[in-house]
Amino acid sequence: MSKKQKPKREPLPPLNVWGHVVALAWLVPGGGHFLQKRHVRGAILGGTITLTFLLGLLMRGSMFTPRTGDLLTTIINVGGFLGNLASGLLYLLTIWLGYAQPDVAGHVHDYGTKFLVAAGLMNILAMVDAFEIAAGRKD
Amino acid sequence: MPKVTLTHFEASLLMAFLISVVLGVVSRRTDEERLRYGLRCFGYFLLAIFGLAWLMRLGHG
Repeated sequence: MSKKQKPKREPLPPLNVWGHVVALAWLVPGGGHFLQKRHVRGAILGGTITLTFLLGLLMRGSMFTPRTGDLLTTIINVGGFLGNLASGLLYLLTIWLGYAQPDVAGHVHDYGTKFLVAAGLMNILAMVDAFEIAAGRKD
Repeated sequence: MPKVTLTHFEASLLMAFLISVVLGVVSRRTDEERLRYGLRCFGYFLLAIFGLAWLMRLGHG
């Protein structure tokens, strides 16, 4: 009986091939695609992620801070903070401009908070896609 | 800054749509496959929204 073969792992291309693409993709949603001349996909991704983030702000969602404590508190707050941070300039500008919505009860605020984190998570998907294009794994 | 107020249904539908667009764009190789995958994801989201909503409705009696 033949053993199941592991799929071959592709070697990681050098950092100078994809580093700047991923950095731009993080800072500006869709920016990594624009840099690689994928204008339509860049515009759709950038537009969707920015719209999600703006809707989160308009619903007065709160931003997470990297608070630690028991395991669940740490996972929620640090995970949420990383999700917020993944939005790049959108998050940084919002914080620099003084947005500080406290976490209050109400389903609209709750959805706002989730929209803000979802925007960051979607940007991570866009960053991975930009990386795969830069690395030649996708056209 | 104006405030947007949406119902649970509107907010979840909007989020499902936005996430489906991104999943469709990044997940497949041709435009047709992307469109199909995006629509399929949106369909699954709708199924989950209505399924969970009915579950909660029935659970509360």
